[in-house]
Amino acid sequence: MPDGPPSPVADAGGADAPASGSAGVLTGAGVSPGVGAGPVVRVAGSVPEPAAATHGGTPEDVRAEQAAATAALEAVAADLEARGDRAAAAGNTEAREVLRAQAMMALDPGLADGIAVRIGEGTTAARAVFEAFAVYREMLAGAGEYLAARVTDLDDVRDRAVARLLGLPVPGVPRRDDPFVLVARDLAPADTAVLDPAQVVAFVTEEGGPTSHTAILARTMGVPAVVACPGAADLAEGTPVLVDGAAGTVRIDPAEAEIEAALSTSAVRASLTAASTGPGATKDGHAVPLLANIGGPKDVRAALEAGAEGVGLYRTEFLFLDRATPPSDAEQEAAYRTVLEAFPQGKVVVRALDAGADKPLAFLPPPGQEPNPALGERGLRMLMRHPEVLSAQLGALARAAAGLTVRLEVMAPMVTDVAEARAFAAACAEAGIDHPGIMIEVPAAALRAGDLAPEVEFFSVGTNDLTQYACAADRQIGALARLQDAWQPAVLDLVALTAEAAADTERGCGVCGEAAADPMLACVLVGLGVTSLSMSAPSLPLVRAVLARHTLAECRRAAVAARSARSADEARAAARSELPALADLGL
Amino acid sequence: MAQRHVKIRSKVGLHARPAALFVQAAARAPMDVTVAKLGGNPVNAKSILAVLGMDARHGEEIVITAEGESADQVLDELEAAVNVEAGDA
Repeated sequence: MPDGPPSPVADAGGADAPASGSAGVLTGAGVSPGVGAGPVVRVAGSVPEPAAATHGGTPEDVRAEQAAATAALEAVAADLEARGDRAAAAGNTEAREVLRAQAMMALDPGLADGIAVRIGEGTTAARAVFEAFAVYREMLAGAGEYLAARVTDLDDVRDRAVARLLGLPVPGVPRRDDPFVLVARDLAPADTAVLDPAQVVAFVTEEGGPTSHTAILARTMGVPAVVACPGAADLAEGTPVLVDGAAGTVRIDPAEAEIEAALSTSAVRASLTAASTGPGATKDGHAVPLLANIGGPKDVRAALEAGAEGVGLYRTEFLFLDRATPPSDAEQEAAYRTVLEAFPQGKVVVRALDAGADKPLAFLPPPGQEPNPALGERGLRMLMRHPEVLSAQLGALARAAAGLTVRLEVMAPMVTDVAEARAFAAACAEAGIDHPGIMIEVPAAALRAGDLAPEVEFFSVGTNDLTQYACAADRQIGALARLQDAWQPAVLDLVALTAEAAADTERGCGVCGEAAADPMLACVLVGLGVTSLSMSAPSLPLVRAVLARHTLAECRRAAVAARSARSADEARAAARSELPALADLGL
Repeated sequence: MAQRHVKIRSKVGLHARPAALFVQAAARAPMDVTVAKLGGNPVNAKSILAVLGMDARHGEEIVITAEGESADQVLDELEAAVNVEAGDA
């Protein structure tokens, strides 16, 4: 490989993170650990509406425009079919059905007629395609809820065809044969439906905070990721990069030796991690149950494989999304039972439906316009407005747990004060749920955790929202990543207050936010008095390995040091100096 | 002209997989094929967008029309496609 012009190379592993944009290295927030190297593949952006324009008007023009439109639609259909086949080969038959239906839309005879009429009238191919799609778009959008969801599929087909006609990149993740680093402004869930984890070696996004969809997806897939990375959007297609998802760096044009060193450190870490098994505990045997965050029965297997001792956060929203009516009691009970049966010796903490804000549900619309939905009627506030939804869910949970040995705990999201905690505990008691708890996400609840503790049996700190509210920094805004950092000493203080109040009243205090997945922060949380940690399954092994190499006293010293710091970065550095075994794991 | 009334027994209605199979079967037919909800306007059965837009749901009745020698055989195939998922209902 020829050497490029000499450029100052950041010392790999140097303590001072290079400023963003320094030669050769981009710095963002590392949100999913690991190292990946490969060429950049970019996700193309949105496709603009083609201008209303006419072609030359001669019969030749009509024929040429018509041929272009037909060719574009046929190419789109063939591409979608091929994607469907690949998805099916990877075991995702559901994605194949969606993609096949989309291919049929591209070849629809009614659509073709509409395009031909418009081209015959003088409209350009791109505009004719756009307008012909619009007719069906309106029809589907006006029909029932199922069809409204198909509008997204239809728009995607339209954008693909229009992009081809305008010579623009086709939206979505391009097809590649070799492993690559996926780079985007941000990733929509739709972009990732057909991602093959064996092909994507790392994610890098310009936007998105540590709790964005990209970050969560990356951790779930076990792929290294750096988000909120300024300059990422300017990386040229094909540029070789080395991504360190723990350090948050993207090295441009890395030397072979550098890649090898990074991959070998990563491999050492993987082997040490694989060697730690069994229940979570510190080096001196202080038990810290390690639990998994799951979205439903489909995530249970990964949790068990990662050695989860139970579930610390079962997000039940997925059962309720994309439907006009709540799931039936029987459907809920069946889903809950599948999860509960998987952990006969452990515990499963279920979060009651957390709707509103960024997770609106068709059958629980907000009562009015909310200019600031994150501060609106969401979580328990929404459930209090619809008590029948809460009691149906609690009832289904109680029936699902009947006769099982698992310990079922149910917690309310977005609790602020004593009245809310009491009301939730009462609803649980009425439904026959023995172990009610609350999430600590609102700073008011953390500050007065001592008042809330007697009302319920346990706390679970949701660090993502707690950080968002404590620092007044929206989770989805990449520019605020510095403030969406659970290492902010103010956030550590709130966790400490919560854990102390729990200890005083002999209640458990877990953490189920993404902070628990940061191995160094996990040690600090244990030092602050947190009693269990719950995270995405792929993060469990490394956290288990790091905990097993530190004593409770070391964790406590790290916690004291971090709380004494005046910034998130200082807190990290202070904690690191008290946790000597991090280096063994290349952290 | 052959015509058949079919009650939709598949839970998802004439959407998703049943709709795709229905339109594929219609597209294979050599003649024009139309479909309508009982009392509604007939649409081209070979158009996935028109069939989806009809929004025929579980329990509703549709009328499929085809003309020609093999019309009965085509209608058999279409009826089977409509209720391909009725078995697990």
